[in-house]
Amino acid sequence: MPHRTFIFFILPSLLSMILLIAVPIFSAMTQSLFIAHKQVIRVSETCDPFGCKKETSVDAEATANLREKEPLGIFNGFETYTNRNHLAAAEIKTSWNVATGWKDLFSRIMNLPFYKALAFTITYTFVVTPFVIILGFLIALGTNSLASWLKGPTIFFSLLPMIVTPLIGSLILFWMIDADGIIGSTLQRIFKDNDLSLKASPALTWIMLIVYGIWHSTPFAFIVFYAGLQTVPQETLEASMLDGASLWQQKRYVVIPYLMPLIIFVTLIQLMDNFRVFEPIVGFNASANATSLSWIIFNDLRGEDALQLFGSAAATSMLTIIGVGILLIPVLIMIWKEFNSKTV
Amino acid sequence: MMKMLSKITLTSTFMFLLVHATYAACGINSGSIRILANDFPAIHAVLSAAEKCAGGGVTFTKNTTKEHRTLVVAGLTANPAEFTSAVVANSSIVPLLNEGLIRPLNDLVAKHGRGLKKNQLITINGKIMAVAFMANAQHLFYRKDILDKASVGIPKSYEEILSAAKAIRAKGIMEYPFALNTKTGWNLGEEFINMYMGYKGQLFKPGTAIASVNNAKGVAALKMIKSLTEYSNPDFLTFDSNATAALWEAGKLGLATMWGTRGGTILDDKGSTSNITSNTVLASAPTVAGGSTPATTLWWDGFTIAKNISDKDAEATFIAMMNGISTEMVKANNNEAVWLIEGFVPGKASAGVFASASAGATPYPMLPYAGLLHSALGSELSEFLQGNESAQQALADVEAAYTASAKEKGFL
Repeated sequence: MPHRTFIFFILPSLLSMILLIAVPIFSAMTQSLFIAHKQVIRVSETCDPFGCKKETSVDAEATANLREKEPLGIFNGFETYTNRNHLAAAEIKTSWNVATGWKDLFSRIMNLPFYKALAFTITYTFVVTPFVIILGFLIALGTNSLASWLKGPTIFFSLLPMIVTPLIGSLILFWMIDADGIIGSTLQRIFKDNDLSLKASPALTWIMLIVYGIWHSTPFAFIVFYAGLQTVPQETLEASMLDGASLWQQKRYVVIPYLMPLIIFVTLIQLMDNFRVFEPIVGFNASANATSLSWIIFNDLRGEDALQLFGSAAATSMLTIIGVGILLIPVLIMIWKEFNSKTV
Repeated sequence: MMKMLSKITLTSTFMFLLVHATYAACGINSGSIRILANDFPAIHAVLSAAEKCAGGGVTFTKNTTKEHRTLVVAGLTANPAEFTSAVVANSSIVPLLNEGLIRPLNDLVAKHGRGLKKNQLITINGKIMAVAFMANAQHLFYRKDILDKASVGIPKSYEEILSAAKAIRAKGIMEYPFALNTKTGWNLGEEFINMYMGYKGQLFKPGTAIASVNNAKGVAALKMIKSLTEYSNPDFLTFDSNATAALWEAGKLGLATMWGTRGGTILDDKGSTSNITSNTVLASAPTVAGGSTPATTLWWDGFTIAKNISDKDAEATFIAMMNGISTEMVKANNNEAVWLIEGFVPGKASAGVFASASAGATPYPMLPYAGLLHSALGSELSEFLQGNESAQQALADVEAAYTASAKEKGFL
């Protein structure tokens, strides 16, 4: 294809990518470098139904004037990134200096909101992704060997967890695992422990969220692998059977290599998706025990009483993008290698 | 002929009166009224009464949502504003004042505000910024029958609540007899502020935006909350107002600290058994550590008028809202809230808020940076309640988290 035609061919998607991806990222990046103006505070006599008193309030007009002069706020460089609610450079340094041992250092770092969230996000990503791929693959193999009249209904039911809206799915489970819910109270009976609560213990909450994540994402891997299985060349399979390959060897040396590009694709998507885990944390009210980077962004943007922290949210977004980038590097290297080996 | 004429005159006079009366109900015949409000029964009562002004040239829309806080600033910043009135409380009026999005109401109150009591007017340096119509607070709910069964008296302080809860558990009546709204986030932050007020604590160093909760009073307040949650179901970090009210109506609690506005719903004949509702009593918020101030904060709800709208719409909205908070509305919805409006008869459902207010409870601070501290409290305290860190560490984390966000917002 001549370069000119190619450019025209991708122009629409290029434009929409610039408008809908590059520009917002650039704007968030800019926003993360600024903080709000100093608020002009004055003391005024405030009266409400419970009496009058002197209270501080913001001089809206004076603050608005400041804002008009510099609408972006005060340039703060990367200080929002390094402050206590993000990378916490100063806090890490003091922890390093005063910590009595590795365990103490670790617990000090885990006390910082960003690292706490990062710990859960990474655990979630690295547990859910392999489980989703392995389970999805097994379900696909199982479905593929079913009698044809059973295939349709099985596919439909296996897809259900993905069809259910994440928030609704997690809310329903949330009610079921309540101490008075069907799962919660059954577990209490089985273990004869009235204090057993899936919502109260951090470890159980993590497990619950991870199980939910696997339940929710497996159908995606399943349907991709199932589609892939339909295209596995029968001749190669038959040839391997003639060579005396066992069932396991057929899967290991024919099916898996053939599906490798799909496995890489699912890994890529799952790593990206799981790193942005968000809905189950809200649905399960789990923020006491587990937070993620996306949840921090949400929390900053919601703000109590409209005190939204746009700079903070933008900084966490940037850090999330960097995180996703780091996660994807190995996968992208694999793709690149494969691409090169094919072109040679 | 004469007779007929007089009949016609009479009828038409009557007709005129009738027509006139429908207009006179509100006295407005044009304008656009658009209201944003929180979502609970008392507010619905006000807005339904205000909605009667709709019709003729008057258009009326309302948006009642729990997410009103996230909409209100953007909604009123637009010009013309998306909403002509925002129904706010102590805390949610602050961003509107910070950004200068609501108009002083002095002239409108002078013109149309007959019947308003002076304490309904929220003023800042003499400028009326909102008109309050109801008060609210968290206070004690108890079950007479459960306390009798456990043979304990009515608790007046949180220490007595602890011993009452202990007795209820010891007698095997309930395993988890007590609950507060301790859901991580806003609710938990609010419980801490309530308890801290009971210890007469100061949230900020006076006259500054520097947080000061990491002190002996803060630690004591936090430890008291932890002792209380030991008598709560282990899921307590997910308890919001809906959850605790449901537990109450299901008869699973003997004592609870809940919002006054829940009183009406809990005492009505829906969602619970008559045995539970007839034994439910609403009382003042308990005191703590031998203090005399109830450990709670007082709240008001009121309406504001947006700045970025035409004077005509502002006037129409004000008149409609005045109709919303009329004495007739109060008479029809007496038990839905503690109304600040003329004609309110305090009843069983409002006893708790009344008792707390008259015992000298502190109002929730209307400070521009209070929301940031509230937010930090909400997210940093749960680790202590789970037993994973010390109270001092939790409060130090609160101050650190607050300082970082207050710097970003330009308060420090």
